[in-house]
Amino acid sequence: MGFLGNFWRSTIGKKIVMAATGLIGVGFVIVHMVGNLQVFESAEKINAYGRFLHHTIGTELWIVRAVLLLAVILHVVAAVQLTRRAQLARPVGYKRGTQREASTFASRTIRWGGLLLLVFIVLHILHFTVRAFPGYDRVDAAGTVDVYANIITAFRNPWWTLFYVVAMIALGLHLYHGFWSSVRTLGASRPSRHPLRRPLAIAIAVIVWAGFTIVPVAVFLGFVRPEPTTAAAATAPAPVPAPAPAVAR
Amino acid sequence: MELNARIPSGPIEQKWDKHRFDMKLVNPANKRKYHVIVVGSGLAGASAAATLSELGYNVTCFCYQDSPRRAHSIAAQGGINAAKNYHNDGDSVYRLFYDTVKGGDFRAREANVYRLAQNSLNIIDQAVAQGVPFAREYGGLLDNRSFGGAQVSRTFYARGQTGQQLLLGAYQALEKEVARGGVTMIPRTDMLELIVIDGRARGIVVRDQLTGEIRSHLADVVVLATGGYSNVFYLSTNAKGCNTTAIWRAYRKGAAFANPCYTQIHPTCIPVSGEYQSKLTLMSESLRNDGRVWVPKRQGDRRPPNQIPDDERDYYLERKYPSFGNLSPRDIASRAAKQVCDEGRGVGETGRGVYLDFRDAIQRLGAAKISERYGNLFEMYERITDENPYKVPMRIYPAPHYTMGGLWVDYDLMSTIPGLFVAGEANFSDHGANRLGASALMQGLSDGYFIIPATVSNYLGSHKLTPVATDAGEARAAEVEAAERVKRLLSVKGKRTVASFHRQLGEIMWEKCGMARNAAGLREALQEIPALREEFWACVQVPGGNETMNQTLEHALRVADFLELGELMCLDALHREESCGGHFREEYQTPDGEALRDDERFAYVAGWEFTGDGTAPALHKEPLEFEYVHLAQRSYK
Amino acid sequence: MNLTLHVWRQPGPKATGGFETYQATNVSPDMSFLEMLDVVNEGLIEKGQMPIAFDHDCREGICGSCGMMINGVAHGPMHGTATCQLHMRSFKDGDVIWIEPWRSRAFPIVRDLCVNRGAFDRIIAAGGYISAYTGGAADANAILIPKNDVDAAMDAAACIGCGACVAACPNGSASLFTAAKISHLGLLPQGQPERFRRAASMVAQMDEEGFGHCTFHGECQEACPKEISIDTIVRMNRDYLRATMTPPVEAGNAAGAG
Ligand SMILES: Cc1cc2nc3c(=O)[nH]c(=O)nc-3n(C[C@H](O)[C@H](O)[C@H](O)COP(=O)(O)OP(=O)(O)OC[C@H]3O[C@@H](n4cnc5c(N)ncnc54)[C@H](O)[C@@H]3O)c2cc1C
Ligand code: HEM
Ligand code: HEM
Ligand code: SF4
Ligand code: F3S
Ligand code: FES
Repeated sequence: MGFLGNFWRSTIGKKIVMAATGLIGVGFVIVHMVGNLQVFESAEKINAYGRFLHHTIGTELWIVRAVLLLAVILHVVAAVQLTRRAQLARPVGYKRGTQREASTFASRTIRWGGLLLLVFIVLHILHFTVRAFPGYDRVDAAGTVDVYANIITAFRNPWWTLFYVVAMIALGLHLYHGFWSSVRTLGASRPSRHPLRRPLAIAIAVIVWAGFTIVPVAVFLGFVRPEPTTAAAATAPAPVPAPAPAVAR
Repeated sequence: MELNARIPSGPIEQKWDKHRFDMKLVNPANKRKYHVIVVGSGLAGASAAATLSELGYNVTCFCYQDSPRRAHSIAAQGGINAAKNYHNDGDSVYRLFYDTVKGGDFRAREANVYRLAQNSLNIIDQAVAQGVPFAREYGGLLDNRSFGGAQVSRTFYARGQTGQQLLLGAYQALEKEVARGGVTMIPRTDMLELIVIDGRARGIVVRDQLTGEIRSHLADVVVLATGGYSNVFYLSTNAKGCNTTAIWRAYRKGAAFANPCYTQIHPTCIPVSGEYQSKLTLMSESLRNDGRVWVPKRQGDRRPPNQIPDDERDYYLERKYPSFGNLSPRDIASRAAKQVCDEGRGVGETGRGVYLDFRDAIQRLGAAKISERYGNLFEMYERITDENPYKVPMRIYPAPHYTMGGLWVDYDLMSTIPGLFVAGEANFSDHGANRLGASALMQGLSDGYFIIPATVSNYLGSHKLTPVATDAGEARAAEVEAAERVKRLLSVKGKRTVASFHRQLGEIMWEKCGMARNAAGLREALQEIPALREEFWACVQVPGGNETMNQTLEHALRVADFLELGELMCLDALHREESCGGHFREEYQTPDGEALRDDERFAYVAGWEFTGDGTAPALHKEPLEFEYVHLAQRSYK
Repeated sequence: MNLTLHVWRQPGPKATGGFETYQATNVSPDMSFLEMLDVVNEGLIEKGQMPIAFDHDCREGICGSCGMMINGVAHGPMHGTATCQLHMRSFKDGDVIWIEPWRSRAFPIVRDLCVNRGAFDRIIAAGGYISAYTGGAADANAILIPKNDVDAAMDAAACIGCGACVAACPNGSASLFTAAKISHLGLLPQGQPERFRRAASMVAQMDEEGFGHCTFHGECQEACPKEISIDTIVRMNRDYLRATMTPPVEAGNAAGAG
């Protein structure tokens, strides 16, 4: 175990942990984004997705949540420690600042962006998962959380919408630098003539940013309208007991 | 004092092996008890310190830079010779030996040169084992290029940074020993005095650049590897800090100084562009393979080069040396350049420069080919001069580059002071009166990796050394000497800067003891230098004190010694009434301007002994015999 | 041309420093940056004042002694150029130039623009070598090395140890310096036996000295007078990862034969 300690204590070790946890995050947000896009299909679709999450794979979900939680914690702890270290490494700054020849806006703001993401994640879970705010406790005919309705409620509200849109910009920047950087932290990239180029990172950043942002924006601009979910319930009474075995499991 | 080289008996091929076998060894258990001081962390110093520590000795190494890795060896570009004969082009230890003795114009010691050629083989092996990335061919074999003064291709190189890579190899070995606890490395420290006790070198006095503290370090052996003294000319290709202090102070303590007047002037350097100039930059000699050297025929012809028609150009090297032309050796090419400039036909603002023109080569081979060969050099030139050599001819001028002279050493590299060993450019070396390209790196590493470790062990094994107390009278006295010098310099508080004195000394040396010398000029210099020294001590301005870093003080201490060395160089140059290699006396030349040696009277090493300030130094002679390479005149026609 | 210089002056390691303003008059464009400072210093000395202290030696861009922040850019505006090779034609009449020392906790200031870079020597001592004891080395051509490998090793080996990478890095990281040496030796067959152990111990020392970590800002690569690529850092990370996953290789003597 000693070597694990050294690994975590060394700057590169911590950075590798950040990269690994970061990549878990990347994987998650992509899946999550795809899930969210079902909003455009139909209320039933996305609610079913929610139902699937909560009931079909109930226990596994907790495992997934545990992994995500651990990843975020490690990521944040490492981020804080490394940031602290970097600040100590240059106690006196430069009167004229330092050069900005290769570093990007994304790389220089990654710490603030990260902080914003932290705030986002906390609020976001309270918002949609814990549903701590009033008005998010609707259940659909299937008896599960009416995710669809919640989304509509949320993004009819300009403040929530603005918050999500801004947070997603932070996420996009975080990935633009983070994805590219993490591959290097893990020593996984081959030498190149232009080490600063990052086509894949750009693609991922843009897709994730757009894929997430389109939902609140679309709802806010009214392209996604509330659906009479009761109708859905009428046509499908059968599924109601369905959850039972799932719960029993 | 007598200069006994103690050359082992036997045939030249066997001398070194036989000698090594005869040497006394030190019992491994005792090695740790012996303390060796190595001054200098260049190729010679770093390799010696690392190897001695590997053997088990307790080593302390000093350098004036902030890190041993910055020693001036780092600047060597071209390459390093070795008689590997990898290309089967007829090279051999014997040929390298022969070329070096001949190139040195028959003023080197045969036995040493032969040993150097033998060691050249192991140096390359050692360097490669350390990870020195020498250039290779696609097949994975080591690549070679040919260099000045040789018909075979025996020069190993790592891009244009051979010295850097070799030094880093030695430096890394040194740091490995530092980590192991065998070597204590003390950077940012100047050696100011040698401590001699009962006739043996037993330590040094140093000044800590950061605190100004002056303290002594005692040891059983002192090795000086402090490099060359070309900076006596102020402007040279050497690093700014290169100095003579260490060997000069040893000379004043009784070590003979050999052939001080043998200096090498390199023909292809970027010319001085103004008064503020601090340093001259070397342009690799290889440029002369394709460049044509010329100046206008007419005096003070200020037209831009491209507007001067061919029939008004004087390709003087091709004219004077039809067969060698632009490739004639360093000393010849340098002198010829000086001549045309003295005639007022020099080019550039200062009139101290000649053209190195690639126009014809570019027409013949195309710009692509030329840039493939010299691209990086052309870049460096343009970076410094802001002129594009593809369009305008380069301007070059000779510059002091290397000093063949140095402390006299015997076959074991020990000076006339027992226990004081001297390695690298600091000793009077194996290059005679002129060094061939790519041979200095070879010598430094041969001395450091292979010779010093063996001979130092032999010295320690064969002498009973009495332990010395840290407060030995001699040590105290030496400390006081150094401290006094520092105090004096700080107390003058005159109005002339140290640099201005250094510059003036440089001008005197360059004009009168440079590429070409004559009795009259040397006599003048022998008047001017002492006068300048007087003035220096009377009105030099060294601001600040000795408690914190004081770079002006460091410089002043060095210039003070250059002001003494310069005089000895002129004395030596005056006494040597012949021309040989880098030492060209205008009075002694063949009708067609070749160096005219006088083997009858001067086939010896001149060793000068310090006899006190104000009294003339005593000359001692080590006669040179040439059993293997027969005395002949160098000709380039 | 005439320039205004704001130079960081600090009499000693413990003393507090500050900016002093100097006028550099009729500067020639052919001067090197250091020669310009020489001239300023001559003026100061004539007035009996302490000249601006700065490290320098070879003035050919190879020894790594020189180095200062020039208007916030390590080694000044010219790419792939050490301060001593920077010429005044990179500036224009009337320019105002701020000159500061390298700023890093691991590089304490010695005086004015001089810093103590001993940390670099200690990083090398921690493993930046191949344990080849003098003598007994095999013939230099015994092991063939593909040209591309040697060329790549040479690219990394070109590092002059100037410290600009640390100075330019927003994190004050010595990653480029350390990675350059790890890459140089790790790319050569002779360097294999000690490869992973070297990476582990050099990185440990780098951390020990108090340098920051690498966020891949890439500024070091831009500041580096030898234009060493951040790909070397990728290599260092890879070797470090492998070092922690595989038990340390005991190979000191094996390399000795190399
Ligand atoms: C520009 C240039 C290019 C060259 N190219 C080549 C080439 O291609 N091939 C070749 O063979 N040779 C070449 N040479 C010559 C060769 O580089 C040198 O002769 C050789 O490196 C000298 O090595 P050294 O170890 O003797 O001394 P140096 O490398 O000069 O080391 C001197 C050491 O002594 C220390 N020192 C000096 N004075 C003191 C003091 N007073 N107190 C404490 N420490 C002190 C210094 O800190 C330094 O560590 C070149 C030289 C120059 C200038
Ligand atoms: C516009 C963007 C987003 C929208 C509309 C959105 C929507 C939702 C919704 C509706 C849920 C609840 C699903 C359910 O409980 O069935 C949810 C859960 C969650 N979201 Fe988001 N999300 C967005 C962006 C993000 C981002 C960027 C992250 C991570 C950085 C994130 C992390 C999570 C997490 C961790 C959960 C909890 C999953 C669980 O454990 O149940 N979300 N999100
Ligand atoms: C929870 C709040 C977060 C904080 C505080 C945070 C903070 C940071 C910081 C400071 C860095 C730069 C590390 C360095 O200095 O080199 C970083 C890198 C990174 N982050 Fe985050 N981040 C957070 C969330 C996320 C999320 C949600 C993802 C993925 C979607 C992510 C992915 C990454 C990646 C891939 C890197 C690159 C790691 C590397 O350079 O090797 N982070 N993060
Ligand atoms: S990596 Fe570049 S910048 Fe850093 S020390 Fe080496 S040469 Fe200087
Ligand atoms: S600038 Fe610094 S963050 Fe890394 S890439 Fe260079 S070390
Ligand atoms: S002085 Fe040597 S690199 Fe600048």
